Amino acid sequence: MDRSVNLLDLALGLDEPSPLRGKVVLIEDCVETSGSFVLHQMMKRLLSPHSSDSLIFLAFARPFSHYDRVLRKLGCNLATQKTNNRLVFVDMLMMKCSDNESGVAKLFREIQGTVGKLRSVTNSNITVMVDDMSLLEIAATNSNSDHVLDFLHYCHTLTSESNCSVVTLNHEDIYSSMERPAYLLQMVCLADIVIKAEPLASGLANDVHGQLTVVNKGMISSKSGKGSSRNKLQNFQFRIKENGIEYFYPGCSRN
Amino acid sequence: MADSIFRKLRDGGEEGELAPALTIEETVASPFALDVSCYLLANLSSSILAGKSKSEGLVLVTFSRSPSFYLQFLKQKGIFVSSSSKWIRVLDCYTDPLGWIDQPSPGVITEGSSLIKLHKCVSDLKRLFSSIIEAGREMVGDGKTRFSVAIDSVNELLRHSSMPLVSGLLTDLRSHAQVSSLFWSLNTDLHQEKVTNALEYISTMKANLEPFCPSSDGKRNALENLFLVHQDFGKGQFHIRFKLRKGRVRVMSEEYHVDQTGINFSPISSVETIIAATKSLIPKVHFNLQLSEKERVEKEKVVLPFEHQDHGKSTEIYDGRRTLADGKTEATPLSSGELQADVVSSGKGGEIIYFRDSDDEHPDSDEDPDDDLDI
Repeated sequence: MDRSVNLLDLALGLDEPSPLRGKVVLIEDCVETSGSFVLHQMMKRLLSPHSSDSLIFLAFARPFSHYDRVLRKLGCNLATQKTNNRLVFVDMLMMKCSDNESGVAKLFREIQGTVGKLRSVTNSNITVMVDDMSLLEIAATNSNSDHVLDFLHYCHTLTSESNCSVVTLNHEDIYSSMERPAYLLQMVCLADIVIKAEPLASGLANDVHGQLTVVNKGMISSKSGKGSSRNKLQNFQFRIKENGIEYFYPGCSRN
Repeated sequence: MADSIFRKLRDGGEEGELAPALTIEETVASPFALDVSCYLLANLSSSILAGKSKSEGLVLVTFSRSPSFYLQFLKQKGIFVSSSSKWIRVLDCYTDPLGWIDQPSPGVITEGSSLIKLHKCVSDLKRLFSSIIEAGREMVGDGKTRFSVAIDSVNELLRHSSMPLVSGLLTDLRSHAQVSSLFWSLNTDLHQEKVTNALEYISTMKANLEPFCPSSDGKRNALENLFLVHQDFGKGQFHIRFKLRKGRVRVMSEEYHVDQTGINFSPISSVETIIAATKSLIPKVHFNLQLSEKERVEKEKVVLPFEHQDHGKSTEIYDGRRTLADGKTEATPLSSGELQADVVSSGKGGEIIYFRDSDDEHPDSDEDPDDDLDI
């Protein structure tokens, strides 16, 4: 029954019950270092047999079979979770959003409806995961980054009204040009937790695949105690193995 | 000092003057404007309830958090808001700012509908203005009684409307006879400098939050700034600038510290705190970049060649040309910066007169040693 807790779990506060409830998590990655593994790790934690959380997954980047294969190696059977209604997989590759803003609005209303249905049967945490935000902008043709920000704002309202969590993945390097720095910053401002995956300053290495920086902004909390996770920044390195990820501080031996 | 902002907002403006207005500026690396807003909200609410404020009501316009967040916060501070509360009205521009939702979802508070009003069209600023005034008049009537307005963030407003329109809205609010005071917050990293400047022009007070290790180098580095903050970045400096009526400007600063319960202010501690915080910016390498105290003392003690302590006896210097037995040279003893022309020469050979021309140079000094060349 012992779930070992790794550095990422600690940085996110996953050693506490439902720590992400009501929070927006933004994962930023770049071409050199993909942040998808963080999504997979969070999926695994959310759908583990020790929790009763539900997950709504908006897939813009890959089909279901890809995630199924990846999570199976991590010890999680997505097909079973789908049957149990713990996982609602929305395959956006097959769907087509209509033109302009109403496409994004319609997508949000569908998510809100799904959250409502899940909320009527369970009181546990519901997480909405988006892979990834840059493809949302493309999928909803004729939309622009403003519509994506509107969509993110509305997802934020879900965190307060229905006590959900929102986890999104975004590619920092696409938007980091001078014309668009504000778009990235808007997303960072909206998020309560920002996880940045980037390569090591020294370049590629065999045994260290990159570093993660976790900024946990937290909020004024109505829950007493558990005050340690507000305004913390943590940085550690990781190595992607066949069946999991190892996290460790720079220079330390791996656990 | 944060108290002084609260007092100015509480006391409102004089008759015939525009209402005092406060801009709270945060950055991506010091994202605590919400905490400051909540601090002011709690204080204003208490003073309104206690009858100590010039305004008798408060209109809260929410863009970045739900109304229930603020009501919950006030409850934590001992201020209970119910549907029958006559001193506060909330205009909800957070839940459905663009009218995407046809019906309110079950979570939205519908009871006490006069307490919280859903505002669905944030880009129509004229309508927003009338809704705010209407909400205020619902509490205090149409006469001379006044109310305060709190807008939790203008970032969303600026995303949907142009800056002149937003400035226009804020100025209209300031000019309204029944608005006693007004405050809003803004994230300066999200907007161009001209937007920040424009909003500063129309406010009488500006408060900005600065982390202890600022390295603002233009907006493009704002994102990097977030990841460069100190590990525990809930602390920093809180600067307030007051524009006084005659044109003078008064600046005050204090330190802030943010925790689970909100923001706390304290007077600026010694400069060492700031230095200690910035010292962490020195890269961690395996060799020393600075001298320790002991090393510095030892260095002071070293007698440089050609400088002798004045013991009254001559010291032999071997210059490589004669044997040690011959020739004594006594150089003039010097203290730093002072010249003493006391040359004694004895024996064969030359004499060495040494004048120290400058103080000891610090390591890694930027001084160019060739600066004194007269080429």
